[in-house]
Amino acid sequence: MRERGDMDTGLYRTMRLIRRFEERAIELVHAGEIIGGIHPYIGQEAIAAGVCAALRDDDVITSTHRGHGHVLAKGADPVRMLAELTGRATGLNQGRGGSMHAADFGKGIYGANGIVGAGGAIATGAAWAAVKEGSDRVAVSFFGDGAVNQGVLLETFNLAALWRLPVLFVCENNGYATTLTVAQAVAGSITARAEAFGIPAVSVDGTDAVAVLTAARDAVARGRAGGGPSFLEATAYRFDAHHTWEHKARVRYRADEEVAAGRSRDPLDVLGVGLPEGVRAELDAQVEATLAEAVAFALDSPRPDPARALDHLYATGLRGRDGTGLLDTAVR
Amino acid sequence: MARLSYLKALQRALADEMARDDSVCVLGEDIGVGVNNVTTGLLAKHGPARVVDTPLSEQAFTSFATGAALAGLRPVIEFQIPSLLFLVFEQIANQAHKFSLMTGGQAKVPVTYFVPGSGSRSGWAGQHSDHPYGLFAHVGVKTVVPATPEDAYGLFLTAIRDDDPVVLFAPAGALGVRGDVDLDALGPVPLGVGRVHRAGTDVTVVAVGHLVQAALGVAEQLADQFSVEVFDPRSLYPFDWDGLAASVAKTGRLVVVDDSNRMCGIAGEILATAAEQMRLTVPPKRVTRPDGAVLPFARELDLAVQPQQDQLLTAVQEVCKSSR
Ligand SMILES: Cc1ncc(C[n+]2csc(CCOP(=O)(O)OP(=O)(O)O)c2C)c(N)n1
Ligand SMILES: [Mg+2]
Repeated sequence: MRERGDMDTGLYRTMRLIRRFEERAIELVHAGEIIGGIHPYIGQEAIAAGVCAALRDDDVITSTHRGHGHVLAKGADPVRMLAELTGRATGLNQGRGGSMHAADFGKGIYGANGIVGAGGAIATGAAWAAVKEGSDRVAVSFFGDGAVNQGVLLETFNLAALWRLPVLFVCENNGYATTLTVAQAVAGSITARAEAFGIPAVSVDGTDAVAVLTAARDAVARGRAGGGPSFLEATAYRFDAHHTWEHKARVRYRADEEVAAGRSRDPLDVLGVGLPEGVRAELDAQVEATLAEAVAFALDSPRPDPARALDHLYATGLRGRDGTGLLDTAVR
Repeated sequence: MARLSYLKALQRALADEMARDDSVCVLGEDIGVGVNNVTTGLLAKHGPARVVDTPLSEQAFTSFATGAALAGLRPVIEFQIPSLLFLVFEQIANQAHKFSLMTGGQAKVPVTYFVPGSGSRSGWAGQHSDHPYGLFAHVGVKTVVPATPEDAYGLFLTAIRDDDPVVLFAPAGALGVRGDVDLDALGPVPLGVGRVHRAGTDVTVVAVGHLVQAALGVAEQLADQFSVEVFDPRSLYPFDWDGLAASVAKTGRLVVVDDSNRMCGIAGEILATAAEQMRLTVPPKRVTRPDGAVLPFARELDLAVQPQQDQLLTAVQEVCKSSR
């Protein structure tokens, strides 16, 4: 009982952190403090929270354009994450990556990614390296329903299955790839694609963090024990826009009733109703304090020096020629 | 005369061509809803058999368009982001582009690939901010980068009508450009014919895409000191070498501004050809992105690796002041 209580509290705290992080980030987008906008993860929090609760610090994840939830759930510091989104030198990526590339290699977070479907093969390669090293680390690749139509992901399923690699493919089915529905885009079923390669695949309710965690634990245990890859389809609804540009664009592709119905099953409530009232309020307050600190830290942090814009372009420190005359090309 | 924006010009060109020619069809992501505002209204008008919302399978639908073109259609593909062209480089450079020669002229592949919003859109970071037009020019795929609304209209029309694959880059920095145009006079603009936006006698500035506006700004800023000619190649491949030669014959000085990477970039090709074949009185200059640039996220970093009007101004002043 006690253990179940701790687990629920942990999952709720992570989901609440993601939810409020996204809401604060949206405010900062509207205020012009985050340029380029974001792809909000609101509504899908139970998936990142549930899967990452099954992982160790040294396990690896690859994420997507809608990546904040995964990065936070895997343990990145929300304070430095927000500094990254606001383009500060103190950010996780020193302001070089922003929302779509946030990464923290110390926590096994190989990064959000701007290209749909790109993370699957990267995670699988990391899983291969773990095996070669004799470690029981696993890798998880998160991707959307849109990604299952990328050739590279299907090629990856084959490699992972063929070489029995400890990788978990997590498909977050939120019903849409931008404006295109799954019904318009996917022939057959999503899980059948993995099954065709002999990869065990299950579907779970992606608004139920405990259900997600339970399924992820099975898959991770199989991977650690040498049982090869697994596939998890988690269904949920994206509460907000595909990307914040939609807040001022006139595109319409979801009926109001559909959005209302989707939002009525809120993953935070699915778990939260079971928590004692005082506990939930206290967790909320803790998250609020963390985010207040994050916003203040981000906005007070220095901006990066433009003359160092191409620092880190090469791991070896190689410097190419400047093009504009604005860069400091000294090697440091 | 009517006020026409660059984006509306693209929209109009595609709508006009689809109305004129039944073999034109358009494929891409979210084009039914029209998230990029180019395909707006086309689905309602022409239906899903000609306006095809595709799954996220770029490699497949790019070669699918090649097959449809070989079989007689004239597909147009919208790519949401410039880097998707890296994903389909095989399908364009190694398949579509090579069919004509490899089949001994039996086949033609009239496909148009277009990117509404190429280059930096500030804040879209490393994987969404590339400007790989030089890559396509290098392999020999016809490549156009219109700078103004009427050229966007005219070059889009020409690209669709052309019997070879053509890539059209519509730089994010140009989408908002507006111009007063005579709508009845809009028509195709030939490939390989540049345009002098402003005549001058002291220096030729070759500007690509949205940087034409920066070049015109510099010409205005320097108007009391130097007479700057602004030359817009409009299509990078084929390139209007005769047009450039005529300009350089007048000015003897050359500056190129190009929002792509310096190493093996189009600016380098322009300088090399000018050095080989034209009479330059002083060494030319180029303003480009740095070698191998990956656009960093933060605004000030992103701006530091893109050519801006200020750096062009400096380069033009230096070239004008230097003597042989
Ligand atoms: C290969 C590729 N194609 C297209 C895009 C543009 N794009 C970004 S997100 C997106 C939709 C992705 O849908 P899905 O995979 O279901 O993830 P979701 O946005 O629903 O989280 C598209 C088309 C891209 N970034 N990469
Ligand atoms: Mg989706």
